[in-house]
Amino acid sequence: MDFTFTAEHEQVRRAVREFAAREILPYIKENDRKQTFDRSLLPKMAAAGLLGISVPVRYGGAGFDYISLGIVAEELEYADTSARVIISVHNALNSLGVFQWGTEEQKQMFLVPQARGEKIAAFCLTEPGAGTDVAALRSVARRDGSDYIISGEKTWISLADVADHFLWFAKTDPHADPPHKGITAFMITRDMKGVTTGTIHGKLGVRAGNTGWVHCDEVRVPASHRIGFEGEGFKIAMSCLDNGRYTVAAGALGLTRAALDASLAYARSRKTFGVEIGQHQLVKRMISLMVQRVEIGRLLVYRAGWMKNMGMRNTRETALAKWYCTDASFESASDAIQIHGAYGYSDEYDVERFLRNSKGAVIYEGTRELQQLLQADYALGYREDKPLRCELPAYDPVYWQSEA
Amino acid sequence: MRYLICIKQTPDTAELPKVKPEEAASGRLSVQLVVNPWDEHALEGGIRMMETYGGEASAITVGGEDAIERLRSALAMGCKDATLVKDTTADAWGVATLLAAAVRKMGNVTYVITGQMTVDGNSGTLPVALGRALGWPVLTGVARVVSADEKGITVERIVGQARHTVTAPAPAVLAVVKEIGEPRYPTFINIRKAARAEIPVWTPADLGVKVPVPVVHMSDFRKPPAREAKVVLFNGTPDEAAQALLDALLAEKVL
Repeated sequence: MDFTFTAEHEQVRRAVREFAAREILPYIKENDRKQTFDRSLLPKMAAAGLLGISVPVRYGGAGFDYISLGIVAEELEYADTSARVIISVHNALNSLGVFQWGTEEQKQMFLVPQARGEKIAAFCLTEPGAGTDVAALRSVARRDGSDYIISGEKTWISLADVADHFLWFAKTDPHADPPHKGITAFMITRDMKGVTTGTIHGKLGVRAGNTGWVHCDEVRVPASHRIGFEGEGFKIAMSCLDNGRYTVAAGALGLTRAALDASLAYARSRKTFGVEIGQHQLVKRMISLMVQRVEIGRLLVYRAGWMKNMGMRNTRETALAKWYCTDASFESASDAIQIHGAYGYSDEYDVERFLRNSKGAVIYEGTRELQQLLQADYALGYREDKPLRCELPAYDPVYWQSEA
Repeated sequence: MRYLICIKQTPDTAELPKVKPEEAASGRLSVQLVVNPWDEHALEGGIRMMETYGGEASAITVGGEDAIERLRSALAMGCKDATLVKDTTADAWGVATLLAAAVRKMGNVTYVITGQMTVDGNSGTLPVALGRALGWPVLTGVARVVSADEKGITVERIVGQARHTVTAPAPAVLAVVKEIGEPRYPTFINIRKAARAEIPVWTPADLGVKVPVPVVHMSDFRKPPAREAKVVLFNGTPDEAAQALLDALLAEKVL
């Protein structure tokens, strides 16, 4: 058993930290207040190679492993959740989905420009009437010669107004029994006629992120844009979520660390009753709980990353990390505000933003309640992961780092 | 063409106030060390020249073994190779002597590129000393390279608020200012290459030179006294407190 990060992992961490310190932290308070998504961040992330960090070099990526992907998510969310969301959606939910399920031709067509950051990618599963209940989605795809005609409405889509490529889930068989077997995945591009998007304002948190809706009105999509077979969409969506949840968990770990660091700094500088408030036992209790959450979260997240590297199925472990880390970040942000007292309640300090940002991840990419049901079902033997037609490729440094 | 970019390991500017006088005198610093921020612009300028005019950009530094990490930063930004000249005793003239010897040993350097100064020593003498040691023309304050080839170079220099356009024959030493370009982020692929790169270490003996005995000595190093802050709390009703604050501001001639 080896719990150490490699020198390469440490370099990735340092590079992302420097990136966040220069490109995110100086502007985040204002962007969050104004609910502004900083579009200039995307070309900068692309130039650094962040948008294809864990994609093989031959597909336009940087050829780093899945643990590096977790580190990128962790360090970006240490600065702000909105930056980590880009990685979750673009890299994990969409690009790794194409990497896992796409044909060689589709990898060239979609994955290469996405990994290079020339095209930005989003994930379109949730609908106004279908969140956790994925099988209830109402988007339809009707076969018409060599094309499909897709209509439907997706909502709560991160990067809706920014993305060029949308991994879209629609029913090719609305009468399938069970219903989830009628779902198929497609890559829709913004330039297709009938695609419209818009932004949702007034969110509690992640206000510097772009979240919105995507509407397809009789959009003609070539069959070459269908990812996987007809009826395989549900499995594809779930395996995309195995990667998305991993980055959400890693990001939440970064947010918990940020709450802890802010609390440590404040507890050492603020004095009451003649001593630093860190000297008070009930403050120590909150600090100690945050330390515990960081350490447990780190073990859960990077075990899941290691399993991905090994090519092991990790649905259960990733879901557990996502449940634990998102709850932990919410509790830690709340404790951080408590430690900051009234100052924590204002946006003069960052901790109120941490609390607002942490709540979303307790809901999206599988609610806390869904994660709990999953864990119980695994333990009770009601649920078992069967092998997939296309598994997420294990990390092979020689193959991933070579040009072709 | 080969562009040799000279960098120095210095404390992070945010950490400079933490440097103690005895650390500065001994040269053994306990603070975070980075590539001298001015030299990051030199790296950007040199890498851009490589991209625009062809050839290879190389990095070099004079320092201890720990400075190898800074050379890896230069490689991560895009330099093709890097060299450490191992010495921690030289002053600016000594560093210029060592670098000039390294340039001669390389034999194919067309342009030497430096930052305009370092954030620790602040003397700004290295490019001029290096030009002298090599017998090459020196262009300081370089804000833009207009054109460059094996025969010579045309640059814009910033002089106060004006710009000069000047030319010089190659080889030459260029000291760049920050207007040359914002330093780029290292790409992850380059970070990996940098981590694995073999970085040759040359000693003064390898270069066939003796490090000149420093002629400038720092006899004293003082920090400005810590600012004394005074906190006054004005009590009473809001009106009374406001009046007291106003009186205090008038007395201090703030208003």
